[in-house]
Amino acid sequence: MNLRSDIRFLLNGRPVTVPSVTASQTLLDFLRIDQRLTGTKEGCAEGDCGACTVLVGRLNDGGLKYEAVNACIRFLASLDGCHVVTIEHIRGADGGLHPVQQAMVEFHGAQCGFCTPGIVMSLYALWMEQPEPTPAQVEVALQGNLCRCTGYEPIIKAAVAVSQYGTPSADYLNETRTGIVAQLQDLQDGARVVTGPADNQAIVPADLDDFATVLVENPKATIVAGATDVGLWVTKFLRPISPAIHINQIDALKQIEMTEEGITLGAGVSYSDFLPMVKAHFPFLLEYWNRIAGWQVRNMGTVGGNIANGSPIGDTPPVLIALGATVTLRRGADRRTVPLEDYFIDYGKQDLGEGEFLESVQIPLPGKSQINAAYKISKRRDEDISAVAVGISVTVEGGQISAARIAFGGMAATPKRAAAAEAALVGQPFAEASFDAAAKAVGADFAPLTDWRASSDYRMLSAQNLLRRFFLEHDEATDQPVRLTA
Amino acid sequence: MEHQTALKGLVSTDRQHDSAIKHVTGRAEYCDDIAEPVGTMHAYLGTSTVAHGRILSMDLSAVAAAPGVIGILTAEDIPGHNDVSPTGKNDEPVFPTEKVEFHGHPIFAVVADSRDAARRAAELAKVEYEELPLALDPLAARAAGGALVTDPLKLERGEVAPAMAEAPHRITGRMEIGGQDHMYLEGHIAFAVPGEDDDVVVTSSTQHPSEAQHMVAHVLGVPSNAVTINVRRMGGGFGGKESQMNLFCAVAALAAKKWNRPCKIRPDRDQDMTATGKRHDFVVDYDVGFDDQGKITAVDGVFAARCGYTSDLSGPVTDRALFHADNAYFYPNVRLKSEPLKTNTVSNTAFRGFGGPQGVVAAERMIEEIAYKLGKDPLEVRKANFYGDETDGRNLTPYHQTVEDNIIHRVVEELEENADYQARRQAVLEHNAKGGVIRKGIALTPVKFGISFTATWYNQAGSLIHIYNDGSIHLNHGGTEMGQGLNTKIAQIVADAFQVDFDRVKITKTTTEKVPNTSATAASSGSDLNGMAALDGAEQIKARLVAFAAESRGVPEDQVKFLPNTVQIGEEMVPFNTLVKEAYMARVHLSAAGFYKTPKIHWDRAAGKGRPFFYYAYGASCSEVSIDTLTGEYTVDRTDILHDVGRSLNPILDKGQVEGAFVQGMGWLTTEELWWDDAGRLRTHAPSTYKIPLASDRPREFNVELAEWSVNKERTIKRSKAVGEPPFMLGISVFEALSMAVASVNNYRECPRLDAPATPERVLMACERLKAGG
Repeated sequence: MNLRSDIRFLLNGRPVTVPSVTASQTLLDFLRIDQRLTGTKEGCAEGDCGACTVLVGRLNDGGLKYEAVNACIRFLASLDGCHVVTIEHIRGADGGLHPVQQAMVEFHGAQCGFCTPGIVMSLYALWMEQPEPTPAQVEVALQGNLCRCTGYEPIIKAAVAVSQYGTPSADYLNETRTGIVAQLQDLQDGARVVTGPADNQAIVPADLDDFATVLVENPKATIVAGATDVGLWVTKFLRPISPAIHINQIDALKQIEMTEEGITLGAGVSYSDFLPMVKAHFPFLLEYWNRIAGWQVRNMGTVGGNIANGSPIGDTPPVLIALGATVTLRRGADRRTVPLEDYFIDYGKQDLGEGEFLESVQIPLPGKSQINAAYKISKRRDEDISAVAVGISVTVEGGQISAARIAFGGMAATPKRAAAAEAALVGQPFAEASFDAAAKAVGADFAPLTDWRASSDYRMLSAQNLLRRFFLEHDEATDQPVRLTA
Repeated sequence: MEHQTALKGLVSTDRQHDSAIKHVTGRAEYCDDIAEPVGTMHAYLGTSTVAHGRILSMDLSAVAAAPGVIGILTAEDIPGHNDVSPTGKNDEPVFPTEKVEFHGHPIFAVVADSRDAARRAAELAKVEYEELPLALDPLAARAAGGALVTDPLKLERGEVAPAMAEAPHRITGRMEIGGQDHMYLEGHIAFAVPGEDDDVVVTSSTQHPSEAQHMVAHVLGVPSNAVTINVRRMGGGFGGKESQMNLFCAVAALAAKKWNRPCKIRPDRDQDMTATGKRHDFVVDYDVGFDDQGKITAVDGVFAARCGYTSDLSGPVTDRALFHADNAYFYPNVRLKSEPLKTNTVSNTAFRGFGGPQGVVAAERMIEEIAYKLGKDPLEVRKANFYGDETDGRNLTPYHQTVEDNIIHRVVEELEENADYQARRQAVLEHNAKGGVIRKGIALTPVKFGISFTATWYNQAGSLIHIYNDGSIHLNHGGTEMGQGLNTKIAQIVADAFQVDFDRVKITKTTTEKVPNTSATAASSGSDLNGMAALDGAEQIKARLVAFAAESRGVPEDQVKFLPNTVQIGEEMVPFNTLVKEAYMARVHLSAAGFYKTPKIHWDRAAGKGRPFFYYAYGASCSEVSIDTLTGEYTVDRTDILHDVGRSLNPILDKGQVEGAFVQGMGWLTTEELWWDDAGRLRTHAPSTYKIPLASDRPREFNVELAEWSVNKERTIKRSKAVGEPPFMLGISVFEALSMAVASVNNYRECPRLDAPATPERVLMACERLKAGG
């Protein structure tokens, strides 16, 4: 196997080779400090404001997919073999303003202008996928972009009007696509990259097996997939992560497989990668899925990482536990599969040995008599961390509840099933009284904390009421909406 | 006359922001984007880890020894005064020496060869404290003895006690109103380059270059003429960069002079939010008397504010809360008192509205109380209490200023009609009558906002205009650009004065070298003050050009007319450029310093009487919301706004201000929650935990109109009105609508007494409280 110590990628169409990259070096600092590409801004350095939004193009099944990502928490070493596109690179067909930029000027979408390059990049990514978006689609694309001046109205108007100023087919990035693909293919040399000084080292494994090997060799290493959590360890907490193993470019971890029993997704599958499967097989989950972080974070962050980091407030574990998901853990060549709920042991403690990593997640397809839901409570509807999240899966046969799996996030030190609430439901009719009893039982299942996201009382009450909502939403007698939609 | 319509970008047209193309291409240069000279150092603040404590020892040896560190700055390195208090109270040290007074209080700065190195080194300080008792909020501060950071204000008119005693109805209550972080997208930053002698040039993102200049001079112990502050643009300000940048400018300048190298300081977002001030939280105790029709007979209110550990701008902020505790309503008998309390939290500061919004929201709470007590539509109570005019005598404010320009009746009536308020309120009531999980609310709220700095001497401005001999125009003024489009408006005014195309006017960075002793770009005053100053400068040059033109062609001065890009002199048409060139050759002075001071205003704070405001701006908004009574979640379904900007200088920019201010005001009252833990640590200190509105939070339907018929009664620049702050309070309609939706769970029998911000938690808990009590 080849070994190299430099990071190679394309930046605005030009090849760039960085001889030595530290584990903690971010794309944003590289752009602003080393390259003096200052159009990309730092607003928060935690992936929440979007002022640093750039596009990263990566090879994907032979094609080239550009995604909006947060440069502030994206590690430079993770870009090996990618094409990074910044605001400085986008332009119109005649070399003037790009249609997105033209629309933003015409509709007065910028006031102070500091968030604007990031908003332009997000809208650009949207426009490439969806040239004539609806306002609702624009809102989803801008969940990861804050603007403090405009109130967003002119930005939305600009976004829906972009196609008046040009079409994606004539776009510069589309016209150069073939050449870029060829250049990126040339960069795929199958090498393991070990870069940076020994005390601040980044490793990019050659492939999945190489990752397993590298991790056994470096059992204390930090595994970095989307960096949407680890990125903050560095930018906010200044924590050392060396050696950092970057796994976001491992194709084998990005596979989604469908069998009769269910779906297996590799640990490197991002929330955005999984969206088509959500639409096809878990339609109840679609609205919830679009409330996980913002678009940039969904493009980077992975379902596997959301589980592996063991957070009690990850958005995906509650619903995955409710659906009966399992995870496959691997050390070297050895694999074992455990129910997801058993993976979480205690706060900060997971069932994961030294040198072991989460390789894949298996989600059973829901049965016909299963009713499923996922709800999330947060201070702000979009791009907010859950105060309470719940996954509910109830099997109803002949009007009776034969099985119930309910898991909450934000209510305990780990994502956790509500055993008493489940017990209160099983064997009971699918009726309001049953869910009232289950709601009461939630009080025995949890003793939630008070923090800045919610008080203990609110967490408990809203958790209980989410079971009531679940009933009302699925009760045939309900003739009015029982929750607000976007 | 076709040439007369050919000018581009004149006053009252929708001229785009002058930097629009630079904004969208990323070429607009902010302070952190400026190329750094070789040798640039980076400073970072080291901060306290307790909220109130005596410093017993400070061991910075590990900081000094960290990789890349050049040196450390503490109070001992300050050659001048260790003070950056903006009102001269000498209560705000750059670095404290004996006590820290809030969690995250800067106590030293470390200077290194990279920002990353400085940031990492700052974490290594070992400081021992003797912890002292904490008072984190207004009520705790009051209970602990009620120490004030500055003199309180009392406004009084009429006879409150007898009026209260005679009132047919009387309600007392309390409202807690949260603060707000500015969350400008560009954080604090200062970049100092040392010069010869005492000189230093600081580029920063400050709304108040002159104050920063004076503070840097004060700290360095040099005259102000040694210090230059430059600001091209800010990535948002909202009041957060008025006084709060003083510290950063001072630290950068101290380091630059000490090591004779350029120095930049830029805190990360967490430090920006923990170490700099915010909107004041208030606890308002009110006592209101009223008759059966809902007409207020007396108001007695105490406005206690969380000011933080120093006075900063808390005096004028709490004053302005009282000035707006009447909103648009006449109080026949009134007594209002402020209580600017000292707390062990970061020193609160200016934020769009400057205390006014807290006063207005308290006034609206009293209206709600009356409406629920009497079973009336709150809008009916609002109308019953609006200021009148000289015919009914209901036109005197609690501070004894007569309201001379009242248009609130027309604004509200037009909005009521355009928004179809009555029919929609009926539909909301019918919806709620059906019961169910989702309840609706609708509210139409007014705003009246006083325009002028209440510190009367701030109401002055200067400009500097040059015409070069090629006919190009250089414009400079004392205002700063933070996204509001001030430079665009001023350039429109100057272009209009000379009747030339907008593009002929070059907008230049704000610098203390060109216009001295400027006021903060604050209090919505930017275009009122600087626009007039710029016009004055332009008129001076024009007068010289007219005199020259008349003399050179032998015609009377009244035969010289400025037409588009052309000057008509008698029968002769002379291109503007040609006339300028001729004037130069004839040795005409083509530069002028303009000046303006606001007339008519005066204020006697001790007496609580005067005319602090030149005029008022008015507006109204109507919002409809839905709430989920199982979770407290909500959506804003529709908002209609009619807002008064007088005769607009630039309608599209003004509309942008109105929309943006509304959403920011809505954020303040809904999802933006500042949360301190028991140790005094702010735990909502970055966008991950502090939630400002997103695109998906804006009203599902959003109709914004300017009151096009409005003309400022006072002689302001082109009869326009200020627009920065007044529309912020339009967001209150969302809060009031949420309150109505909550009230529905108890069939409107009780005022929900929703505190702010109305997070989903507060909404749900209020529903539960009403259900239990009803």
